[in-house]
Amino acid sequence: MAYHITDGCVNCWACEPLCPSQAIQAAKPHFVIDAAQCTECVGDYAEPQCASICPIEGAILDALGAPVNPPGSLTGIPPQRIAEAMAEIRAR
Amino acid sequence: MAPTDFEETQQMAHQVTTLAPKPERATAGGCSASGCGSKPDKLAHLPEAIRAKVKDHPCFSEEAHHHYARMHVAVAPACNIQCHYCNRKYDCSNESRPGVVSELLTPEQAVKKTLAVAATIPQMTVLGIAGPGDPLANPERTLATFRELSAKAPDIKLCVSTNGLALPEMVDAICEHNIDHVTITINSIDPEIGAQIHPWIFWKNRRIKGVKAARILIEQQQKGLEMLAERGVLVKVNSVMIPGVNAEHLKEVSRVVKAKGAFLHNVMPLIAEPEHGTFYGLMGQRGPSHDELQALQDECAGDMAMMRHCRQCRADAVGMLGEDRGAEFTQDKIDAMEIDYAAAMQRRAAVHAEIEAKRQAQRAAPPQTPNQAFISVASIPRRRAEVPSRSASRPLRVAPLRVAVASSGGGLINQHFGHAREFLVYEADGRAVRFVGTRRVDAYCSGGDTCGEAETALAGTLRALEGCEAVLCSKIGIEPWDALEAAGIAPNGEHAMEPIEDAVAAVYAELSANGCPSEHVADAALSA
Repeated sequence: MAYHITDGCVNCWACEPLCPSQAIQAAKPHFVIDAAQCTECVGDYAEPQCASICPIEGAILDALGAPVNPPGSLTGIPPQRIAEAMAEIRAR
Repeated sequence: MAPTDFEETQQMAHQVTTLAPKPERATAGGCSASGCGSKPDKLAHLPEAIRAKVKDHPCFSEEAHHHYARMHVAVAPACNIQCHYCNRKYDCSNESRPGVVSELLTPEQAVKKTLAVAATIPQMTVLGIAGPGDPLANPERTLATFRELSAKAPDIKLCVSTNGLALPEMVDAICEHNIDHVTITINSIDPEIGAQIHPWIFWKNRRIKGVKAARILIEQQQKGLEMLAERGVLVKVNSVMIPGVNAEHLKEVSRVVKAKGAFLHNVMPLIAEPEHGTFYGLMGQRGPSHDELQALQDECAGDMAMMRHCRQCRADAVGMLGEDRGAEFTQDKIDAMEIDYAAAMQRRAAVHAEIEAKRQAQRAAPPQTPNQAFISVASIPRRRAEVPSRSASRPLRVAPLRVAVASSGGGLINQHFGHAREFLVYEADGRAVRFVGTRRVDAYCSGGDTCGEAETALAGTLRALEGCEAVLCSKIGIEPWDALEAAGIAPNGEHAMEPIEDAVAAVYAELSANGCPSEHVADAALSA
């Protein structure tokens, strides 16, 4: 039971100070979660803290390997609407 | 009204550049009364307490930015909100824009860097923490830096920039750490609009999205602003102008933040190039044109002091506003430096006194060019004096004159055209000279092996100077001279080393005397 950081990570530091288990370390090329220490915040918070502040879609995976923040979940624009949204924005 | 007195015109210029919302007036400031025969202190209308806070702060006073430098230390990486104009991948050395830094510093490194810069660049009066994330979302790192600096370098002013989400809970700490300048970025006061700019916030250990998130952000910002104003902390409000999103709305933002006690409003243009990788950049959101930005700034100015000299600098910028000397202060270079700050502080005080004496002298001296730049405007014989509708109360020239100026500081025209990385833009009409903004360019001539690209750089400069009728500089080469003329921009090196506003006034007078394109158009329209 642990989260995992992918190479989508931009090393922005937002997650590191929030982890209640100090499971996140700054590393190269990107931050890493120590699987042995990660508790998925169970018992500390209702929602996993790293994934709740991470600004990059797909940068954090859950224990099953699924992105906690899938495409469109942070921009608010689902993938199938991208072209339409882009047209709206370009018309401004 | 036909103001012909130089005093009066200068004062009007000040009203548009540095008007304060507070009604009290300073008794200090000397020559602001008319008839004194010298130029008034631009900050004379401010209460003494505020005047002392801004007179050497390059980001809070347009006049001060000609003389004093600032620096940012990048100690605060984490952020608690998302802005569509921001890419959280900030570690880029080649871009110059907010939120970008070369290396992240620990508070200890930041303190040493600040002392090193203060000792090397005595004009540096201001240390700000502006990211690359939100300084108040990294309270330990931010406050540790301020705590050390207020003890070790009491002659440096401390400032912080924030998105405002964590501001109310941090107001006490801000006051305790002697931070008396705070900048809040407020892009909207309407959650529906805010949600189009900020898709989510991290709030009470959860991610909140959309309109609900924007509502919380706005409430926190407004509350923080009110709390700071109540405690006498000087607040500047930054807003990013996003065409089609908040451009119209910012007029209301300006009114509201002024009413709540903000000292200055800084409307900045959206920066959204696709290569920056921001949401807006990738989606093709455009930024405003120079004219759109200036028009909005003018509309907001009716309500409060507007800032137009912002350079939208990096979160680790060092030096005068238009420059970045960060490369002189990398970690390895700082580590090699021995700093005796007590000695540095004495040197700094001497340099500041010198700068103040120079500013005083500039204010006291009569303009170097035909005295009376404006007096002569009124006394110029009119070519169509017989047209009664255009007599006495109208200046000769119809359209305001917009000129670009190359300056490396000191409030003077003292830079070679080819060396300018930016131009200051001024407008003059028959009543006043006012600063309206800056235009960034790539240096046309770097004197090295990049000369093959010079033509492209010059073309870029010409584009940046669009809408300006003349460019004033200390010197200019023949190639750019010809190119400028061909583009309808008059190159002018005749006012080298003169104070900028005097020179702009003189050029206005000259062009008015000789007639000008807009005059001919007006004449044609009249006789049609």
